Amino acid sequence: MKVSITVNGKEHHSDVEPRTLLVHYIRETLGLTGTNVGCDTSSCGACTIHLDGEAVKSCTMLAVQADGSKVTTIEGLAKNGVMHPMQTAFMENHGLQCGYCTPGMVMAAIGLLNENPKPTEDEVRMGLEGNLCRCTGYHNIVKSVLAAASAK
Amino acid sequence: MIPAAFDYKRASSAAEAISLISQYGSDAKFLAGGHSLLPLMKLRLAQPAMLIDIGRVKDLSYVKDAGNHIAIGALTQHMDVENSKVLHEHAPLLSKAASHVGDAQVRHRGTIGGSIAHADPASDLPATTLALGATYVVQGPKGQREIAAANFYKGFLESDLAADEMLIEIRVPKMQGAGWSFQKFNRRAQDWAIVGVAAWRRKGEAGVALVNMGSTPILATSVANAIAKGASISDAAAMASNEAEPQSDLNASTEYRKHLASVLVRRALEAASK
Repeated sequence: MKVSITVNGKEHHSDVEPRTLLVHYIRETLGLTGTNVGCDTSSCGACTIHLDGEAVKSCTMLAVQADGSKVTTIEGLAKNGVMHPMQTAFMENHGLQCGYCTPGMVMAAIGLLNENPKPTEDEVRMGLEGNLCRCTGYHNIVKSVLAAASAK
Repeated sequence: MIPAAFDYKRASSAAEAISLISQYGSDAKFLAGGHSLLPLMKLRLAQPAMLIDIGRVKDLSYVKDAGNHIAIGALTQHMDVENSKVLHEHAPLLSKAASHVGDAQVRHRGTIGGSIAHADPASDLPATTLALGATYVVQGPKGQREIAAANFYKGFLESDLAADEMLIEIRVPKMQGAGWSFQKFNRRAQDWAIVGVAAWRRKGEAGVALVNMGSTPILATSVANAIAKGASISDAAAMASNEAEPQSDLNASTEYRKHLASVLVRRALEAASK
């Protein structure tokens, strides 16, 4: 089926099988491998991207469902070589260890601040409940999100 | 994990969706947000030959004050149910329950109609709408009919919906200032409830339904009847499992679930009585 999906500002026209998952379209058809597949069961959030501005899990969506939509992946955050403030906050606060959950964490965290610009620590923890860190490095992830919120 | 191959059609209206599903029969399934169906398809526990995507039927995404009840379009996403000002005012129990579904990403895609039509006894919204005495409006080739939530759930993942019918609206009576509580017991964030309770109380009247306490969401009528007859909360809560037949699984034994249900019903009624 023919789809037209705008990813990180660039429109892509592709012919996909209906069963192609959005995350596989992003990684394998477009070659944007920053978005990870973790649990593959919509639990861990490693595959979180933005679909029309909202954080969603791209392992639990078909590419055909994103037809006509705007997708942002971790690769689309930096502008002219300058990192997004959330990426900077993760770097400055040691918000990543092995890094596997990081793209999804950053996308979910930006989504959270879009909906709640000044969250409390509890709200950050609840807001990121859909993202699992295998290193259990939550403390600094929460610190990073709070730092990004106060830098705004 | 990749689903088995299927054909895909996109419907732009409920009428078109029903005409398509009538054409393709029981091998076809509706796809709304996909957050119940796609995980099953990835595990190949479901292998529909045809998906009819109703996710773009945007005129079925709404929350409206309809006088005595609130009308919610079946394709309203959980996040919109959670944040609806109309529901905060007239059916806060439902918006609270919606805030417990999955996580933010899941709530951005999953829909109230999808959750109810899937009829999973472990889901939060089937039991909550059951406690609230909701009515579901379904549309088929011959027109619309209304089904009381109490008559909708027929078995594990089975409902009164015919293969060619589509859930289009959920009608929730206004809570008229009743006290309420949603209790969800789980061990990890974003998990399904091991046991959940949706309850409301207005003087001698109460509604209580249980999550994950049987093959369907369970209306705890013994508890509500006891409250109506003036029983104490703890005596009423002791009857929490009268209508339930909970299974044992990795998370909890039948006995543990029954114990949890009575504890959570007591907590819910206490909170609803404040």
